[in-house]
Amino acid sequence: MTAPVSSTKRFAAWSGVPVLLGVLALFFLLHIAIGAKDLPLRQVVDAIFFPDPSVFEHRIIRDMRLPRAVMAIAVGSALAVAGALMQGVTRNPLAEPGLLGLMAGASFAVVIVSNTAGLAHLAVIPLVAALGALGAAVLVFGIARFAPGGATPLTLTLSGAAVSAFLGTCVSIGHLLNEEGFDDLRVWLTGTLAGRDIAVLYFAAPWLIGSLIVSLGLARQVTALAMGDEVAKGLGVETGRLKLVTLALVVMLTACSVALAGPMGFIGLVIPHAVRLFVGSDYRWIVPYSALLGAAYLLGVDIFARIVIRPQELSTGIITAMIGAPLFIYLVRQRSR
Amino acid sequence: MTRLQTHDLSAGYLKAPVLADINIAFPDGLVTALIGPNGSGKSTLLKTLARILSPERGTVLLDGKAIHSQTSKAVARTMGLLPQGPLAPEGLTVRELVAQGRFPHQSLLSQWSTQDQAAVERAMQVADVTSFAERPVDSLSGGQRQRCWVAMALAQETDLILLDEPTTFLDLKVQVELMELLRSLAHDAGRTLVIVLHELSLAAAYADHLVMLKEGKVVCAGEPSKVFTSAWLKEVFDLDANILTDPATGRRVCVPYANPKSS
Repeated sequence: MTAPVSSTKRFAAWSGVPVLLGVLALFFLLHIAIGAKDLPLRQVVDAIFFPDPSVFEHRIIRDMRLPRAVMAIAVGSALAVAGALMQGVTRNPLAEPGLLGLMAGASFAVVIVSNTAGLAHLAVIPLVAALGALGAAVLVFGIARFAPGGATPLTLTLSGAAVSAFLGTCVSIGHLLNEEGFDDLRVWLTGTLAGRDIAVLYFAAPWLIGSLIVSLGLARQVTALAMGDEVAKGLGVETGRLKLVTLALVVMLTACSVALAGPMGFIGLVIPHAVRLFVGSDYRWIVPYSALLGAAYLLGVDIFARIVIRPQELSTGIITAMIGAPLFIYLVRQRSR
Repeated sequence: MTRLQTHDLSAGYLKAPVLADINIAFPDGLVTALIGPNGSGKSTLLKTLARILSPERGTVLLDGKAIHSQTSKAVARTMGLLPQGPLAPEGLTVRELVAQGRFPHQSLLSQWSTQDQAAVERAMQVADVTSFAERPVDSLSGGQRQRCWVAMALAQETDLILLDEPTTFLDLKVQVELMELLRSLAHDAGRTLVIVLHELSLAAAYADHLVMLKEGKVVCAGEPSKVFTSAWLKEVFDLDANILTDPATGRRVCVPYANPKSS
C-alpha cells in the first residue's frame, strides 16, 4: 500500500507510523506502570516478556493491568476507525457512533438483555450490543431521511440526539424500577475501563480484529465514495454494497467497544479529525492512523482518569466527552458559517 | 456497430419514466453532444449510460454487452464519468484527486504501480494541472477545478468518457478552453466522448454529432451542419433563432430572437 503522491509526501505519510507506534508503546507501558501502586517501567517490561508467577507485581500486571491496557487499545482504535468510516461514507464531518445514536442503541440493548434475561452469557454481549447499535442506526437514518431536506449532517445529528435521549430515558426508567440490577451497570454506562471482565475481551476480539482488517481493506473505496456517489460509481465502486458493508463494520466496531467499556463518547469524532490534519483526505491513511492514534489516545486518557483524583478514579468516558464536546461545538460552528 | 449504443431504452426516476424507447449509437472517436430543453431527459440519459440509474426497459450496450449486467469495475476500465458539479473532499490535493482515476485498475493485491504513476502524470499534463498538482482542489478557481476532474477521468484511461454539463458555471473563455481540450481528446487521442451541454453554440461548435432530445425522446441526430438548423431548434427548444456560419471557422452559431407573435 503506497500513496498516490510524490515521493517526498509518501515518505512523510509513512514516517508518522513509527512515531505513532513509539508513542503507543510508551503509553502502553506507562498505562500499566501507573496505578494504585506505581511500578517501575523495568518491572512492567519484565512482567510482559519474562513473567515470573512468584513475583506479586507480575501477577498484578498480567491479571489486572495488562488486560485493561489491551482493552483501551481495542476500544480506542475501534471507535476511531468507526468514526472515520462513518464520516467518509456519509460525507458528514459530524458522523460518529455516539452522536448518531449507535452507542445509545448498543448500551440500551445490553442493559435490557442483562437485566431481563438474567445473567446473559458474556459471549452474546457483543452480538446483543450489535443488534442494538444496528436498530438505533436504522432508526436514526430513517428519521433523518424523512425529515425535510433529507439526511443532512444536521438532521442526522438531531435525530441521533433524539434517539440517544429516548434510549437514555428508557435505561433510566429501568434503573428506577430495578435499582439493584442496574447498580452494577451504573459506572459502565458512563464509559469505563475499570473492573471489566477480561472474558468479554476474548469474545469481542474476533469481531473487533476482523472488522478492523476489513476496514483497512475497504479504505481505498471509502476515499472514492467520499467524492460522491456518482464519481464513485464512475470509478467502478459498487456503492450500494460498500455502504452496507461499512454499516456492518461500524455497527460491529461500536458494539464491541460498548461491550468492553460502555458508551465512550466522541473518540470517533476527535481522532479522525486530528488525523486529517496530518495525512489529508485519503482514507488509506486516515483509517490506519485513526486506529493507532485512537489506541494511544484512549491509553493516555485512561492514565489521566486514574491519576487526576487519586486515590479515586474518574470514569474514562467522562474525560473523552469533556475533550470531545468542545471540538464538536467548533465543528458545528464552522459548518454554519 | 459502435462501441456504445442504446437499444429501446426507457428509464427514469421511480414511477415517472423520463426516457422512452431511446435508440442511439454514439460514433466512436468523436464528440457527441446531448442537447435539449430542461427536463428533456438528457442528463437522465447520461446517468443511465453511466449506470447511475438502471433502465426500466431496454439496454445500454457497451462493446456489444449489456452494461448493467457487467461488473462496475469492468465497465469503469472502459468508460469514465464526470458527473455534474462534483465536490472534492476538503483538503484533497490535485494529485490525490487525479490518482483516484486509477481506482478501477487497482486491486487489494496490486496497488500503486509505476504504470499508475505514469498515467497520472500524463493526465495532469494533458489537462494542464501539473503546475498546481500539490495544492488542495478546494483552493482553486472553477475552471482549474474542472480541469482537475477532467484529469481524473483521463487518468482512468478509458476509451469512452461521459461528461454531464462540464462547462456550467465557467467563464466563456474557460468553457472554450475546456471544449478545445475535450475535442482534442477525441480527434487526437481517439476517445469517444458523450457530453451533456446546455450552451447550444458551444455544442454546435465542438460536437461532431448532435443528439437533440425533447420530452424523453430523440427528436433528431446528426452532424451539426445537418441538424443545427432554425427549423430543428424551433421544434426541439421552441426557440426562434437564426443560424449563422462563422466565415473564419465554418462553425454554426445560433442567434435567438424574440418572436413578436408569441411575446
